[in-house]
Amino acid sequence: MIRLENLRKVFSGSTRPAVTDLTMDIARGECVTLIGPSGCGKTTTLKMINRIIEPTSGQITVDGRNAMAIPVHELRRSIGYVIQQIGLFPHRTIAQNIGTVPSLLGWDDTRIADRVEELVETVGLDHEMLGRYPSELSGGQQQRVGVARALAADPPVLLMDEPFGAVDPIVRNRLQAEFHELQDSLGKTVVFVTHDVDEAIFLGNRMAILEMGGILAQYDAPEKILAEPASMFVERFLGGERGLKRLSLLAVIDAGLERGPFVDVTAGPEEARRVMEANAVDWLGLLDGDRLLGWVDGSRVGSSQLRDLEPRSFLVTLDSRDSLRTALDAVVTSHARVAVVVDDGIYRGMLDLEAIAGEVTE
Amino acid sequence: MTLVGQAAPLIDWEWIGRNMDQIVERTWEHLGLTAVSVLLGLVISVGLAIIALRWRWTYAPITWVTGLLYTIPSLALFALLVPIVGLNATNAVIALTSYTLLIIIRNLVAGIDGVPASVTEAADGMGYTPQARFWRMEVPLALPAIIAGLRIATVTTVGLVTVTAVLGLGGYGFFILRGLNTFFWTQILVGVVLSVVLATLLDVGFVWLERVLSPWARGRQ
Amino acid sequence: MTFWEELEAFLTAPDTWSGPDSIPTRLWEHVWISVVAVLVASILVLPLAVWLGHIRRGSGVASTVVNIGRALPSFGILAISFLVLVQMGAGVGEPWAVLVALIALAAPPLFTNTVTGIQSVEAWTVEAARGMGLTGKEVLSSVEIPLSTPLIVEGLRIATVQVIATATLGALVAWGGLGRYIVDGFARQDMGRLIVGAVLVGLLAIVAELGLGALQRGSAPKGARRGDVGNPAQRSTV
Repeated sequence: MIRLENLRKVFSGSTRPAVTDLTMDIARGECVTLIGPSGCGKTTTLKMINRIIEPTSGQITVDGRNAMAIPVHELRRSIGYVIQQIGLFPHRTIAQNIGTVPSLLGWDDTRIADRVEELVETVGLDHEMLGRYPSELSGGQQQRVGVARALAADPPVLLMDEPFGAVDPIVRNRLQAEFHELQDSLGKTVVFVTHDVDEAIFLGNRMAILEMGGILAQYDAPEKILAEPASMFVERFLGGERGLKRLSLLAVIDAGLERGPFVDVTAGPEEARRVMEANAVDWLGLLDGDRLLGWVDGSRVGSSQLRDLEPRSFLVTLDSRDSLRTALDAVVTSHARVAVVVDDGIYRGMLDLEAIAGEVTE
Repeated sequence: MTLVGQAAPLIDWEWIGRNMDQIVERTWEHLGLTAVSVLLGLVISVGLAIIALRWRWTYAPITWVTGLLYTIPSLALFALLVPIVGLNATNAVIALTSYTLLIIIRNLVAGIDGVPASVTEAADGMGYTPQARFWRMEVPLALPAIIAGLRIATVTTVGLVTVTAVLGLGGYGFFILRGLNTFFWTQILVGVVLSVVLATLLDVGFVWLERVLSPWARGRQ
Repeated sequence: MTFWEELEAFLTAPDTWSGPDSIPTRLWEHVWISVVAVLVASILVLPLAVWLGHIRRGSGVASTVVNIGRALPSFGILAISFLVLVQMGAGVGEPWAVLVALIALAAPPLFTNTVTGIQSVEAWTVEAARGMGLTGKEVLSSVEIPLSTPLIVEGLRIATVQVIATATLGALVAWGGLGRYIVDGFARQDMGRLIVGAVLVGLLAIVAELGLGALQRGSAPKGARRGDVGNPAQRSTV
C-alpha cells in the first residue's frame, strides 16, 4: 500500500541526514507504528509521506501511485492526517471541521451532512456538539474530532503523528482502546508515530524502530521484536520489562488454562476432598453447570451438602480476552495467587503464576 | 479680549438649535474624511502586508518608513503636502491615510503570524492549496487582530480630522477652530464633545463587527 | 513669487534669525515647553504608577486610560484647556493653557507603560527576590525597576514625541513654538515660512523618536535585552 524506497531527507543548514536511505513496505490494512528516540526522524518520515516535508531523494509510492508525481494537494486529500496539536480550525464548527476534506473534494451538502453524522457515531461524539466551536470542547473530545476529520473522505491511508500525546493518561488509554477497535473494523492502512513504547506495541501490527538519522533498526511484529531484539540499540530502547511488555500482547486465552479445584455443587464431600488434595489447596471452587458460583474454605467441606454452603465470590476475575499482563497483576493481588477466567458468568478455567511465567520465557 | 469670553455663557443652546444644518454637514465631512482615509489605508496596508509576508526582509523597512510617517506631527505633514497637492481635501486624505498604515500593517502581519502552526499544518495535510489556506484559514483567523487595528486607526483618525480645520476642512474641528478664534465656548465644546462621541460610536461599532464576524472567538480571552 | 523665492525670502529675512519670531526663539519655546511638560507629568504620575505596578494592581485602569486618551482629540484637549484657563483669568498668548494640555497628554503613556512594565516582571523573579530576604523597597529598586526600565523609557519616548507634536498646535491657541510658522504660513499664504516650520517640527519629532528609542534600547540591563522595542504605534499620533 505504501512503499518508501531509499528515502532521504537532509534539512538545509545541516550536513547529517535526518532520514538516511530508508526503505519500508507497509501492507494494505496494516497499522505500522514508527518509534525511536527524539530526533530519530520518525516524524520527518511520516511527514514525507504526504509531502508536508519534501524528501531530498528517494521514492514514495502510495496505493500504486508515485506520490512525487501527483499534485501535492490532491495527494493530501486522499490521505487522512492527525497531529498531536490536533489543529482543529477554531473558526469553524465541529461539523464544518469534520466536513473539511469532503467539501474540498466538492461533495454536495447533504452527502457531507450524512457523512458527518455517521462519523460522529463512529468516534463516539455527541450529536449536539456538531454546532459548537473547537474551543468549547475538552482535549479528548477535540482529538476525537481530529480523528473523525481525518476519516471524513474515507481515505485508504491514515497518517497519525503522536495523536494521543497531548491528553492526560486516562483519556489516552481510552482513546487508544477505541482507536484499536476502530482500526479492527475499518481496516485502514495506518502509519502511527509515537514515543510511547507501550502504545507502539498495543496499536501496531508491526513496529518500526528508528535510530538517529532515520535508520531502520528493526521492523517486525511487536511480539517478534520483544522476543528477539535485532541489536543492542533495540534492546536498550525497549528498556527493561521486555517480558512484561510481551505479556501485554498475549491474551489470557493464549495461555494454558487449567481446570483447578472446581467441582459442581451436586458433587458429594468425598469428591470435593479428593479434588482439593489433587490440587494441593485448602479451598474449593463451586460451579453450577458452567456457571461460576464462588469459592469456599476447605475446612467447611464436611458432611453437609455443598449446595448449602454459602460460597464467597472471587475478588479478581478475568475475561478471556484480557492481556496476560492484566492477568499477572490479578494473580499477584489475589488471595489464592490464581486468577479465575470467566466470560459472562461462564467459567473458563484458572491461571496461576507458573503458567504466566511459562509464557514470558517461551 | 478675555472679557468677551468671560461674558458669554458656557453653552448657548440656542446657537446649537440655529446651527443644526451646519452640524449635520460637518458630521458628514468628519465621517467622510475618516472613512475614505481608513479604507484607503486598509487597501494600501493589505498590499504592503502581503509583500511583507511574502518577502520577510521587507517587513523591517516597511515598518520603519511607515513609523517615520507616523512620527511627523499632522500639522507639519499637512504643510509639507501643500506645495505638492495644494490646500484641499486630497492633502488631508493623503496625510490621514499615511497615519493609518503603521497601525493596520502591524496588526495584519501580527494577526497572520498569530495563526497557530498546528492549524496551518492541518490545513496543508488536508490538501489545501496555499492560496486557499491563506484566504480561508489565515485571514479569517487573523480577523480579530485586523479589526483591532482598524479600530485603533479609525479612532485615531477621528481625532486627527479635527486638525484638518487649518486646511479649511476639519469636520467637527471646524467648530473648535472657529470657537477659538471668536472666543465662543459653545462652538469649542460642541466640536470636542461630538468628536469624542463619534470616536466612541465607531469604536463600539467595531466591537460589534468583530463579534459578528468572528463568533468562534467569543468568550475565549 | 515662486515657492523657492518665498523660501529664500524667509530664510534671508533678519527676523528669521533674531528677535521674538526667530527660529532660535521658536525652537527654544518648543523645546522648553515639551521638556517641562514631560518632567511635570513624570513627577505627578510615576510614583503612583510605580506603586500600583509593585502591588500588581491598576492594569485595568491603565488600559482604560489608553482608550480614553485615544478617543480625546489632542486639538480638543488643547482647546478645552485654553477655554478653562482663560475662564480662570490666564492671559491669551501665555503658555499656561498649552502647558496644562501637554501635561495631560504626557501622563497616560507614562502611567500605562510604567504600570504594565513593572507588572511584566515575572512573578517568580519577584518571588525569588522575596525568598532571598529582600524587602519590598529592595525588590522594587534592585529587581522591578531595573527590569522594567526599557518599558518606562518607552513611555517617556511616546509621551515626548506626542508632546512635541501637540505643542505644534499651540499656535492655534495663540501661543508660539515652531507651529507658529505653520499657522502663520497658512494664514499669510507664505510657503517659505510654512515649509521651514513643517520641516523643523518634523525633524524635532523624529530626533526625539530616534534619540529616545536609542536610549530605550540601551536602558535594558545586560542579559535582559529584548529584540523589538520601538513601536511608534503605541502612541497616538497628533
